[in-house]
Amino acid sequence: MKRNDDIITRGAHLQHLDDQQLNERFWELTKQLVDPLLKLASTSTSPSIERSVAMRMGASSIEATRLVFLAQQQMILEYGIGHFLYFIAKATKQSLREVIVAAQDELYFVEQCKRFKEAMQ
Amino acid sequence: MNIHEKIDIEMILEDLEHYRPKRKGWVWRTALPQTLGPFKYKDTSATLSNFQPLPAAHSFKNIDPQPKAVITTEIASGRFEDDIRRMRMAAWHGADHMMVIRTAGQSHFDGLIEGTPQGVGGIPITRKQLRAQRKALDLIEEEVGRPINYHSYVSGVAGPEIAAMFVEEGVNGAHQDPQYNVLYRNINMVRSFVDAASSKAMMAYGELAQIDGAHNANATAVEAWKVTPELLVQHAINSYFSLQCGIKKENICLSSVPPTAPPAPCMRLDLPYALALRDLFKDYKIRAQMNTKYMESSTREATVTHTLNLLLSVLTSADIQSTITPDEGRNVPWHIYNIEAVDTAKQVFSGLDGIKEYVQINRNHPKLNEEIRELKIRAICMLEEMLEVGGYFESVAQGFFVDSGFYPQRNGDGIARPVDGGIAANTIVSKNKRYFAPVEAVFGYNNVEQYNVSSSNPSTAIGGSTFTHPDWIQYIDELDESDNVYQRLNDTKPYRNTNTIRPEMEWLGDGVVLLTMMIPAKEDIAIAGALSVAKHMNLQEAEVISTEIMQLAEGTRVELKGKIEFDIDMTTLKIPPKKEVLSDEFLKDYLARYPMKIVAGTVGEDEHSVGLREIIDIKHGGIEKYGIDCLYLGTSVPLEKCVDAAIESDAQAILISTIISHDDIHYKNMKKLHDICVEKGVRDRFLLIAGGTQVSPEVAVVQGIDAGFGRKTKGNHVATFLVKYRKDVPYEG
Repeated sequence: MKRNDDIITRGAHLQHLDDQQLNERFWELTKQLVDPLLKLASTSTSPSIERSVAMRMGASSIEATRLVFLAQQQMILEYGIGHFLYFIAKATKQSLREVIVAAQDELYFVEQCKRFKEAMQ
Repeated sequence: MNIHEKIDIEMILEDLEHYRPKRKGWVWRTALPQTLGPFKYKDTSATLSNFQPLPAAHSFKNIDPQPKAVITTEIASGRFEDDIRRMRMAAWHGADHMMVIRTAGQSHFDGLIEGTPQGVGGIPITRKQLRAQRKALDLIEEEVGRPINYHSYVSGVAGPEIAAMFVEEGVNGAHQDPQYNVLYRNINMVRSFVDAASSKAMMAYGELAQIDGAHNANATAVEAWKVTPELLVQHAINSYFSLQCGIKKENICLSSVPPTAPPAPCMRLDLPYALALRDLFKDYKIRAQMNTKYMESSTREATVTHTLNLLLSVLTSADIQSTITPDEGRNVPWHIYNIEAVDTAKQVFSGLDGIKEYVQINRNHPKLNEEIRELKIRAICMLEEMLEVGGYFESVAQGFFVDSGFYPQRNGDGIARPVDGGIAANTIVSKNKRYFAPVEAVFGYNNVEQYNVSSSNPSTAIGGSTFTHPDWIQYIDELDESDNVYQRLNDTKPYRNTNTIRPEMEWLGDGVVLLTMMIPAKEDIAIAGALSVAKHMNLQEAEVISTEIMQLAEGTRVELKGKIEFDIDMTTLKIPPKKEVLSDEFLKDYLARYPMKIVAGTVGEDEHSVGLREIIDIKHGGIEKYGIDCLYLGTSVPLEKCVDAAIESDAQAILISTIISHDDIHYKNMKKLHDICVEKGVRDRFLLIAGGTQVSPEVAVVQGIDAGFGRKTKGNHVATFLVKYRKDVPYEG
């Protein structure tokens, strides 16, 4: 889009505001613009976020990448990879570390995934 | 660490698997008004225990006042092991914020990089490199006596993983701004904002300082001073977003660059913007960056622009003062230019200390006030239009950002990105109502209730996390056998802990040298001529890195870099012995027993008097204080007069000061002094001594006099020489 500088007409409705009111208007509009982004972020996750969760639970970067890849394949990312690891550790009475290592294997992952998905339904 | 020994890189690399950071979170400097040497300082922080002061400090009792603002240096050679050495140098000069630039392409790397591969224009940020540098900084901060903040970037498609690693590894600050991903890295905007919230929540937990990415619009826009309304909007989006993710205002830093540079009237143009920004964001921190947009290859020009940027920081405010190396317009920064940039900041802050008590911006000036208001109104109008078109994503899609028009003017050349386009598009997943992440610092929805877990700390479900149990971190050492630090250290082994040295600009043993010359020819001939000079000097890979025309026909200044391919064996070097100094007590006692008289003056057509007065005056610690009777003859004294005065007053020595050195006049005067004494038959009676900033002691004695004293000479050096070599009383040590 090309447009000439029309600040005189475009900004006319702001001219009567004092400095304090201008600052308040600036921040009020910022809030209106950013709040929907925050809401979206609150209700969403991503492969990188999930890998960071797996890392914080004790997976290496390579293990975390593998876990999230398998979780995407099995369509369980919406529950959280951390949720899956936590659930399987409890269900199989293993340590988290044992589950992280075991779940590198696709067959093991898929098998445990069935159990997890059933519980999530 | 021993201050006289090089940092031991091999030791730094040992046992990194078990390295744990000493502390977490950002450290600000604390203001400390104080007296240093003869001066009262108003705007300083605590001084260092080990430091390298400004060159002129030797005239001021070697004081090294440290400003209140954190001082940043950006280090990015591609080899982290060499960067560690540069960090130590920078810390001694006053930097306490080490900003590590990432290698080209890391933004698009979908995951973490491990090991220590070499980078391009920066380093691959990996756990091992972070640990090595943080471990080195632990030693360096102990050496200089001030906490040092370590900083890199939480951006790209692996932002949250990097944020997690930064918290684990005690990184103290980071750039984080999803708008940077969107506009400059073409990473999908939805993914960028979702990831950013998560990254910021972790940064809040780790108390990292955050720097935003707005300054990039300055560097990208065609006419940088026209993006100012948009900059206010960009700062606001990231600041408010960060605040809602839990980062405290005191750790949210706005990266602000004075947009313009001379020959534009930059101070007048940049000031209203700087004030509008500080007005709107008064509770946030300002990271004052220096202008890079208009940098050419002249380091002098860059330094002056940066000095004006610093003046703006002083007149407004800066919590973090970033420094840009003056060679950034010609190459990846060299060691010496990191130090120059840090010194430029330190020098300006020292020089302007307390000036705001006398000099203030006239905020009531009607035009200034109007310009500030206008900028705010333009920014508000932009926010209004963004909401009208459907919000942030739609605005980016329509190219609202980095348009070269002064908003609301639009030139249609902004950076437009589709909402569902870019790298990692369509990778966001909506959380299920049973979504659960049993760790700290999760942003947004987390169904902890289903397992009766504490919402304030979901990691209690699994007994902690790597944030609280560093032993849970799975450390990976190296993944690439051919590209790692050990290979590089092997290549540079001849230069570590040996007697072999090579000049160095960037990497150990790189052999790079810089030549400056004036070639009396027009530019194209001068460039070819300089390269020919380099060839004759046997410089390899010679490259002209800067030219400046003196006059179209008369000449061109050329700067050229090249490599030498020979080594220097330190054991073969002839190193002149250090100036010997007798103690004050001994000198006073000795001269009381054997009184001494000298005559002194600045000779030739030379009106300089400061240097000589420092050598003789008692108040400057000169030789008078040891009881030497000094007859000061003044400036522009004829040499004959010096000799006659010495004869008449029965002195033992003649001290001449020779500052002017055109056509070697200072050495000619030394020879002439000797000749006059010989003619008059008094050479055996007098010690003849010459001093001055351009005096080489070795060259001086060749002229026939007894001693020459150059820069940094003090009264005790001269007194020691007088006592030891006076001709009337043999020295009895």
